[in-house]
Amino acid sequence: MSASTAPTSTTPPAAVTRSRPAAPSAPRTSLTMLRRNLRHARRYPAMTISLVSMPIAMLLLFNYVFGGTMSAGMGGQGSGDYIKYLVPGILLMAVGSGVLPTTVGVCTDMTEGIVTRFRTMPINGSSILTGRAVGAVIQTLLSIVLVMGVAFLAGFRSGAEPVEWLAAAGLLALMCTALTWLAVALGQLVKAPDAASSVALPFSFLLPFLSSAFVPLDSMPDWLRHFAEWQPYTAFIETLRGLLLGDEIGRYGPLAVGWGVLIAVGGFVWARSLFRRDATR
Amino acid sequence: MLDGIDLHIPKGSVFSLLGPNGAGKTTAVQILSTLVTPDAGEVRVAGHDLVREPEAVRAAIGVTGQFSAVDNLLTGEENLLLMAELYGYRRRQARSLAAGLIERFDLVEAARRPASTYSGGMRRRLDIAMTLVGGPDVIFLDEPTTGLDPRSRHGMWEIVRELVGDGVTVFLTTQYLEEADQLADRIAVLNGGKLVAEGTPAELKRLVPGGHVVLRFADAAGLDRAARALGIGTADSEALTLQVPGDGSVRSVKALLDWVEATEAEVEGLAIDTPDLDDVFFAVTGRPDNEKATTR
Repeated sequence: MSASTAPTSTTPPAAVTRSRPAAPSAPRTSLTMLRRNLRHARRYPAMTISLVSMPIAMLLLFNYVFGGTMSAGMGGQGSGDYIKYLVPGILLMAVGSGVLPTTVGVCTDMTEGIVTRFRTMPINGSSILTGRAVGAVIQTLLSIVLVMGVAFLAGFRSGAEPVEWLAAAGLLALMCTALTWLAVALGQLVKAPDAASSVALPFSFLLPFLSSAFVPLDSMPDWLRHFAEWQPYTAFIETLRGLLLGDEIGRYGPLAVGWGVLIAVGGFVWARSLFRRDATR
Repeated sequence: MLDGIDLHIPKGSVFSLLGPNGAGKTTAVQILSTLVTPDAGEVRVAGHDLVREPEAVRAAIGVTGQFSAVDNLLTGEENLLLMAELYGYRRRQARSLAAGLIERFDLVEAARRPASTYSGGMRRRLDIAMTLVGGPDVIFLDEPTTGLDPRSRHGMWEIVRELVGDGVTVFLTTQYLEEADQLADRIAVLNGGKLVAEGTPAELKRLVPGGHVVLRFADAAGLDRAARALGIGTADSEALTLQVPGDGSVRSVKALLDWVEATEAEVEGLAIDTPDLDDVFFAVTGRPDNEKATTR
């Protein structure tokens, strides 16, 4: 605490005598909000590190510890083969890991009162959400690049053409955007940042395991296979496999795009309506 | 929640909404600051209709809520720059604006530390500084001194007086009559969502001529007997005191002591207090405030 709590009264009344500038446009406000979120991420990298640590740990664990057995069980040629199967699922896991920091960030904003302040200001309310979402997508995409780097170091190779890489990147960006908007909605739904981790867990952990990320669907019991076959993660993983490794994509391509658009639009609409409804939490 | 509130607040004055927890003070601020849409009624803030022109209202007001609305992960300076940017100031203007407010609110040393490290008083000052960035005509302060130590409280009072000096209209909510008395030109007392009194501080105090008398007893048994015999007042069994509303005149104090003496309770000491919210409540509602309005 500094020496005096009373403000110095010699300063001229700066607050009232100046004229107000015109209110900035919605995109400019979104950009300001984006910068705010990126600054948070830069200053407190712990969240970003935890964002990539899980998929990287899973990659290393499944490749080096289970890789040999998995490869043999799947009828592969050698232990080096499993990493090819593994990487698309790990990438989706990295996308899913982005849900947690976004949910926590949104929930913290809502509970700490800063958003209440924004709401009483002459700014476009949804810019707050847009800035948050764009920041989260950038952060998650960077973490995917990092995970990809580790995958290459661990021996992953792809014979994909540039166009296929581009399509794969687009697909990951779509899933990223979709899950981010869902996370922005969930962050407004949970009452405390602690609770955010439990709603985020399915996206980073449960759904990847209940998909074709680690083992082929054939090896699952019927009831589980039906779920895994149609859930979004499998569609994305199978499409990525097709693009990066030349496997057959089939119906998984349209299914992935459909799921992506559905979750993105649904999450966006849900997030916006929650934001409009709940002004005084 | 709120009902039948009819107010006119002149420009450049301080208006205080006084009431205990749960009276509806925060709801009133939320409605006036466009956070909550009223079910009925007509409100104009800074000349703009609240329901039809919320954007115009937002451009004219600044709000410092009961709970701090600062970004804890940013420094004090960054918080102010963020506000300036959101209000559309260019970088250079924003910098000089932030520097001026940092100086004015005595945050120079703390400006480059994250707000999460600030004390309650510093956080409240930063909060108000952020509210001033937009150059508001009307400022809402929702219980600005709740939870502050006495010195920070007096610092906050200075700040409010300065704002008025700048020509800003201040709408202040508080639980403390003393605070409203110190700062406000007019006070409205809110209870259960209804206005129970309105007027200048002097007018309100005329309703409660002398405040209350505090009797200190030698033992708990004495306190108990006296409290039961009197039937009114607030007993504090830890401090062994009984607080009785009264005007503090010699005659009334003597009558009170006679009453107590009749119960053979031993009075060790007595103090006459200036009015507080309890007394105003007693005067305007005809009953002591059971929910214990003042917890200082």
